[in-house]
This record gives sequence, C-alpha cells and structure tokens, in this order.
Amino acid sequence: MSRASIFSRIDANLATILIGAAILWFAPAGLKSYGLYVISFWLVMSIAAMGLNLTLGYAGLKSLAQAAFLGIGAYATALITAKGGIAGATWSWPLAFVVSGTLTFLAGVVLGFPALRVKFHYLAFVTLAFATLMFLIFRNEQWLTGGVYGFSNIPRPTLFGAKLNNDLAFFRFVLIVSVLLSLAMWWMLRSPWGRAFQALRENPLRAASLGVNLRNYTLLAFAIGSAYGGLAGALYAPLVEFIDPAPFAVSASFVLLLTVVVGGQGYFLGPFLGAAFSYVLPEVLRFTGGLYLLVYAAMVLILLLISPQGIIGIVEKFRERRRQKDAQDQRDASKAMLGA
Amino acid sequence: MNVHATPMPVTPPATVLKVEGLKKHFGGIKAVDGVSFHVNEGEILGIIGPNGCGKSTLFNCILGQLQPTEGAVELDGEAITGLFPAELNRRGVSRTFQLLQVFPNLTVRENLILAGQEHQGSMMSRLFGPKDAGLSAEAEKMIGFFNLGHLAETKAGGLSYGQQKLLDAAMAFMAGPRLVLLDEPAGGVNLTMLASLKDRLEAINREQGATFVVIEHNMDFVMSLCTRVIVMAEGKVLATGTPAEIRANPAVIEAYLGH
Ligand SMILES: Nc1ncnc2c1ncn2[C@@H]1O[C@H](COP(=O)(O)OP(=O)(O)OP(=O)(O)O)[C@@H](O)[C@H]1O
Ligand SMILES: [Mg+2]
Repeated sequence: MSRASIFSRIDANLATILIGAAILWFAPAGLKSYGLYVISFWLVMSIAAMGLNLTLGYAGLKSLAQAAFLGIGAYATALITAKGGIAGATWSWPLAFVVSGTLTFLAGVVLGFPALRVKFHYLAFVTLAFATLMFLIFRNEQWLTGGVYGFSNIPRPTLFGAKLNNDLAFFRFVLIVSVLLSLAMWWMLRSPWGRAFQALRENPLRAASLGVNLRNYTLLAFAIGSAYGGLAGALYAPLVEFIDPAPFAVSASFVLLLTVVVGGQGYFLGPFLGAAFSYVLPEVLRFTGGLYLLVYAAMVLILLLISPQGIIGIVEKFRERRRQKDAQDQRDASKAMLGA
Repeated sequence: MNVHATPMPVTPPATVLKVEGLKKHFGGIKAVDGVSFHVNEGEILGIIGPNGCGKSTLFNCILGQLQPTEGAVELDGEAITGLFPAELNRRGVSRTFQLLQVFPNLTVRENLILAGQEHQGSMMSRLFGPKDAGLSAEAEKMIGFFNLGHLAETKAGGLSYGQQKLLDAAMAFMAGPRLVLLDEPAGGVNLTMLASLKDRLEAINREQGATFVVIEHNMDFVMSLCTRVIVMAEGKVLATGTPAEIRANPAVIEAYLGH
C-alpha cells in the first residue's frame, strides 16, 4: 500500500507532521531564546515554502513573488497589530492573520487570472513584476510601511488574555499555527484536488480531456500557494518584531524558490527540509563569516547535481532501489516456486 | 448488428454527433478539408485512412483541442464548436489520444479515479469529501473489466505498453460517457490483448449503450468491431458504408486497401 504514488505516501506525511509536532513541542524546552528564534523562523519559512511548493511543485506554475506575499502578510499584520492593535490586544492578531491570507489569496487571483489566460509561463513574468512593485511599495511608501527605516515594535499576539512575550510560549504558538496550516495542506493534497493539481502538472492536455477544469485548478493552486505566503507573513512579523523591506525583495523570492527545489518539489515534506537548508544552515555556517553565501551556493549546486529532486529525492532513490530489490526477490521466489 | 429487412415504423436512431463541413488548415496544409458525417446513438463508427490524412486532427477539432478553421460540430443537436475540452468531457464526451496518455506517476487506481472525479459533485464537495471521490468501487470494477487486477497499486509508468493502452481506454470510460472517441486504441497492442480490448469495447457498447468513434489502422479490428466505416483521404471523406461495402468499394481499394 505504501508503494507508488504521492497519494498513498501522504499518510506517512500525516504521521510525520504529528510526530514532528509532538517532538518540537517538548524538545526545545531547554533552548535559549536564540535557538527558539531559529526554530520558529524555520517553521515560518517552511509555511511560506509549502505554499510555493503547491504552486510550483504540485501544479507546476512558476511564481517568483512568494517573498512579496510574505511581505504583504507581514506588513498587514504589523499595521493591524501595532500600537495596541486596531481590534484590541486579543483580536488584532487573528484579524491580521485572516486579512493576510485573504489579501494574498485575492492578489493571487488578480495576478493569476489574466496571466493564466494568456499562457502558463506568463505567470513567471507577471509575478516577477509584482514582486518588484511590492518591494518598491514597501521601500518607498514611508507613510504606510516606514520605508527603509522599517516598522518596529510589532507586538507578539495575545492568547487567552496573556501576551505571548515568553519565547517558548510564542514558539509553541507558531508551532500550533504551522501544524494547523500543514494539516490543511495535507488534507487538500490528499483530496481529489491534489490529484487534479498533479494531473495538470504532468499532462494538462489529458487532464482537460478528463474534465479537469484547468483554469479553476491552476488559479486555485496559485492563489492558495500565495495565501500561504501571506499567512506565514502574519507569523513572521511578530516573530522578528521589526520588519524592513529587505527580506521581501525579489532576491528573497528566489531564495524561497530555491528552498522548494532543494527540499524536493512536489513532495509534501520537501519545504521543511528545504527551509532547514536555506534558513537554518546559514545560522550554523555563521562561523565561515563572509564565505557563508559561497558555501551555501556551492552546496545547493552539488546537491542538485547529485539529486535534481532535492533532498527528498535522495531518500526516494534509496526507497526505489529497495522497492526494485523487493520486486526482484519476489520474482526470484515465484520463479523458484514455478521451477519446483 | 441486425439490420431490419423490412421498413418498420420506428423512429430513426437519434444522431449523437454531427460534423458539418469541418476544415482545419495549418498554413498551407489542409489537414481536414471539408468533412461532414454523423454518428447515431449506439453506433460504433470506424474511421480509416492513410497516415496523415487528417484523422487525429479531425478528433482534435471535434473535441476542442484545436479550433477548426471552418465548420460546425453538434452534440445532440446543440452546437459545441470551440467548446473547451473539459466542458465537453463533462457533457459526456470522452476520448483517448493517439499517443498514449496515462499519468505515469499515479497508480492504475489513481489514474482511474482521476478520470472520473470531476464528474462527482462540486469543487467544494470534492475538497471536503472522501479522497477517492467515492469512486473506488467503480475503479475496481473497471480494473477487473480490463484485466488489470493485479496492477491496481502499480504506477501506470511501470506497466507494459499494452497494459497502458488498456488503462488509457479504461480511463475514457470511468465517467460513464455517452460518446467515446478512440484514436488508434489497438496501436502497438498484441493479438491477445487486442481480442480482449475488442471484447471490452463491444461489452461497454452493448451494456452502457455508449456510442463510439474509433480511428484505427488495424483492418481486422475495425472491420469486425465497427458497424459503419468512414474512409478518409487527404483531409476528405472518400467513402462511407458498412465494413462489407467498404471492402468492396473500388475507390477505397485503390486509395488505401490496395497496398
Ligand atoms: N499542429 C500541426 N501543425 C501543422 N501541421 C499539422 C499539425 N497537426 C497535424 N498536422 C498535419 O496535418 C496532417 C494530418 O495529420 P493527422 O495527425 O491528423 O493525421 P492522421 O490521419 O491522424 O495520421 P496517422 O494515421 O499517422 O495518425 C498531416 O500532414 C500533419 O503533418
Ligand atoms: Mg493520427
């Protein structure tokens, strides 16, 4: 049963989410706030990458604006929650979360609709232009975003009347939201939608002849993927407590793209691995000083040369070899039986 | 098929598909050059003709993969010219392509479920409903019907060519279509499987009343399966008739069967 397609494997993914969540809940209890920050950051970027993985990995659409969506969520959250919050301490963050998701979902629809009408690869150009535009807005519209000086004093959310100022409490909050978002994604991908997304990536012509509405599914994949960027932004802002335009630049969108590819596009757990590679590893590589980008780039290059399917691809290769060996053993066994 | 010897006061069979003056030109190439024909309910219509005479292009124009240069297509008397393929499929028309088109990374069962799922409920009910869209039993039936039983959990890409061809055809039937257009279903299929494919198609035609249009080069296959045959040559219809009539038609023998 666990052989073959992504869909039969997804239940192993569910188990991984739940076990991973349980471990993460207790594991970092001893960590200092820096350690907690790094893990929280990893989760947040995993969510953003998970959205892009839907767009790119499952539906095969190239979006170059995921960091811009992250930025929209982060700035929206900063604006909604700062200075006591526009809906009070308790409700401002939930409101910001919903607004971040909705804004980026709608942005996805507005960008995707005309782009996908023309030709699928136009989406890459349209999102690139959008990412550039958003960066300029983040940087130049000082009255709204604080411009290059950024936006500071973004508060942590308040839960049950208590502000999550404690780093462990906030980390656990990020963990809960990340798990919920992962479960929602898991559910969607194992539903008939996931099958349709994969079909439209593998063979849109045949998918259409089987009644798969290409435009609806394509648009949905892109809009939901973008929304995950926005939702990650709603966690990003209170995590870093200070935002400026730099992490939402076009280059940051490329790093997110790389994250998805490095992790293994089209694999459910790929974004988590990719984000560890792109956002945790640099922290570890700090000792190399200015060389870290060079080391990172070299590692990406080598990894993709060894395994174009990313980190998960290496795991898959071993599993496939195993599977073939099993099948060979079975054939040998049945041959022996026939011979007897 | 029985032909009534005496004229009887029955209503003539309903026309499912009607193609009128269809043309498709690629620059100077007149791939389809004014083709008209109709398909009756319950019929198995064969289309034969030499390589490059426009058979596949004709299918693509009927089914919305290509926009015809000229002409009209009607389904049950309703104009469907230029409708999207997905829309046509949801109206009960399905097809296979000349080049094998299964989803290699999905299992046989997943391929079949995919082929039927868009006909089940709404977008929303598919998201929140069961992951097999309630089609596991139907898929199982189809797997048994096409003798793919032991392969249900195998990735389609791992099947033999002939098995993939069977799966490809099976997928066209998952949604219980009224009209199925098959482009060279027998191409590259060995004799044993060919017999079983023919047997399956006849059974579906009989039991579900599905209407077929089949493009094929394999003469024995066409002549024994089809109730009526259209011969095409250079983008035009050369002749139409029962298999026996076609076999005896001098123009057809000259143009096609002769060699
Ligand atoms: N997209 C296209 N662009 C240009 N020419 C095309 C295109 N598709 C088909 N043709 C041409 O149209 C003609 C008819 O092709 P078509 O594929 O319909 O033939 P066919 O009858 O299906 O042949 P076969 O039996 O070999 O499958 C050929 O000359 C082919 O080269
Ligand atoms: Mg052809």
